[in-house]
Amino acid sequence: MQIVRALLTRLITTFITLFGAAIIVFVVIRVVPGNPIAMMLPPGASEADIDRLKALYGLDKGIFEQFVIWISNVVQGDFGTSITLRQPVYDLVIGRLPATLELSVMALLIAVFIGGAAALTATLYRGSKVEGGIDVAGGIALSLPDFLWGLALILLFGVLWPLFHISGRISPSLGFEFTSHFYLFEALARFRFDVVLDLMGHMLMPALALAIPLAAIILQLLKQSLKECMHDDYITLARTKGYAESSIILRDALPNAILPTLTLIGVQFTFLIGGTVIIERLFSYEGLGNMAIDAVINRDLPLIQGIVLVFALLFTMVNLVVDMAYAALNPRLRHA
Amino acid sequence: MSFLSIQDLTVQLKNGMPLLRQVSLDVAPGEVRALVGESGAGKSMIGKAVLGILPKAARLTGGKILLDGEDLQTLPQKARRQRIGARAALIPQDPLTALNPSRRVGPQITDRLVDILGWKRPDAEKRALELLEEVHIQSPDRVMKAYPHELSGGMRQRILIASAFAAEPKLIIADEPTTALDVTVQKQILKLIREMQQRHGTALLFVTHDLGVVSKIAQSLSVLYAGKVIEETTVENFFASPSHAYSRALLAATPKYTDPEGSLTQVPESVIAAVEAEVAAFDDQVKAGSRP
Ligand SMILES: Nc1ncnc2c1ncn2[C@@H]1O[C@H](COP(=O)(O)OP(=O)(O)OP(=O)(O)O)[C@@H](O)[C@H]1O
Ligand SMILES: [Mg+2]
Repeated sequence: MQIVRALLTRLITTFITLFGAAIIVFVVIRVVPGNPIAMMLPPGASEADIDRLKALYGLDKGIFEQFVIWISNVVQGDFGTSITLRQPVYDLVIGRLPATLELSVMALLIAVFIGGAAALTATLYRGSKVEGGIDVAGGIALSLPDFLWGLALILLFGVLWPLFHISGRISPSLGFEFTSHFYLFEALARFRFDVVLDLMGHMLMPALALAIPLAAIILQLLKQSLKECMHDDYITLARTKGYAESSIILRDALPNAILPTLTLIGVQFTFLIGGTVIIERLFSYEGLGNMAIDAVINRDLPLIQGIVLVFALLFTMVNLVVDMAYAALNPRLRHA
Repeated sequence: MSFLSIQDLTVQLKNGMPLLRQVSLDVAPGEVRALVGESGAGKSMIGKAVLGILPKAARLTGGKILLDGEDLQTLPQKARRQRIGARAALIPQDPLTALNPSRRVGPQITDRLVDILGWKRPDAEKRALELLEEVHIQSPDRVMKAYPHELSGGMRQRILIASAFAAEPKLIIADEPTTALDVTVQKQILKLIREMQQRHGTALLFVTHDLGVVSKIAQSLSVLYAGKVIEETTVENFFASPSHAYSRALLAATPKYTDPEGSLTQVPESVIAAVEAEVAAFDDQVKAGSRP
């Protein structure tokens, strides 16, 4: 019963959030200067041409009326047609979303792995030079934003020591036919490890650029929580039982220290997804973010609206997953 | 022969400040030795030194700790840790914080048996159930699966006692195991520890600053002041005729059961000054080298 109510509340808030996001994006992109019609027509087009095109895309109506038309179409699954690409927004977004999802999740996994391992190592060697070194590395990682890390990585592993591809998602020369847009997932499922390798060669650098600052944030918070836990009485008791410090950190401290970090990861992951916009551009990675920039430059209103809605949906999903993980990991919540 | 033998144990802070000053004491199998003294005297520090859990700031700089005749300091770190885990156990002070909040109770009793002593899990679980019954816990099956926050403080202390006895240790160190509990529960827990200790014939080092408790549970006691053993005697002798002035003052400062409100006198300043002088003289001797 409680679960049903919680789910219902969640569903309603999700709906309100999405609706709010829809209104904001709809109004904002119509208020800022710039006109999609003017971008489409050659210079010197007549007023009549402009008016005809405006009418075609429904841009001659009042903003409120436009919104009502758009939202009622969206509810029926029709997101409109891209002005520049002349394809249904839904197809465009669904085609690109998997690329961005794969990149974001890869970045998240890398960040959690690096940040987590660094925090655990620093806790094991607390007070020593190892901890000092890890702190310094974390400080450096935090001092640059993700896109600068992207540039640094391109310079390092793209130019000076060309280990990875600096642009794109997959080498066209591979000639591999995908049946879905989840390339990495599909290549793994079909055991085509040559394709996986090529995909990783493209994805690793942008993912790393996104992951480095997040890894540093995870390191700092998790290390702090772990250190606090290490003073707790149950840790001391575990020591008297004969356990090694490393297994105490993993088994006793980590589960008690991880909850704040989990919440933080949830919040930061939404920032990371936002960060894909620039990073995808930097690495010419064919994802949703890259498409979003084109859409904004071209004032492709229906496409922008579709992309923003999908991002908003992603963010609410991430929060939902975090909340569920939180409840699963915290026995006190589970029984409350 | 005594199961725990501490000889001239010195523990210092990193800056050289002594926390324990050449402490010697023995606990024979089946014996209960009380460790008394005011707050900060170093009672807990002795237990920590024995169990290998000295705080990072403190270091063992002299003396020996023999556990079952084996000098712990000569063992490599891993072996020492496991030896302590197999032969000794701690009953902690605060049952509310001594259990891991995110783990079920059962594994917290069985973990040492399985991981350190290499028991099979079903055997360890059977043993844990027996122990929970032994510490008078109703429906042990349910308690094994519970999380600590679902249980009362008294229950949790019973669980910690069961856990301490799980591996049949020859030595148990109980560090003020009742101070965090309700007065009514205190008596039950004290009775339980005594009962368990007698049944298992365990050597028990019982840290307390409550002399009333000492008379109920211990056969011998060591009085500690500023990390130095001031008096070391049997409980009988201590209550009949304490030999040190500080012990006498301590005894006088303890409320009598017949008159719990009365005679709550402080230890007189002259006595404190005398024992401080004694400690200072000892430190001078150490410095001068007439004591090692
Ligand atoms: N982590 C630490 N770092 C520095 N000094 C410490 C630390 N822990 C304890 N001490 C010092 O060691 C001395 C002995 O402390 P200990 O905890 O053994 O006292 P105690 O006799 O158990 O007192 P209480 O009755 O309050 O528990 C005290 O002077 C205390 O200040
Ligand atoms: Mg103490």
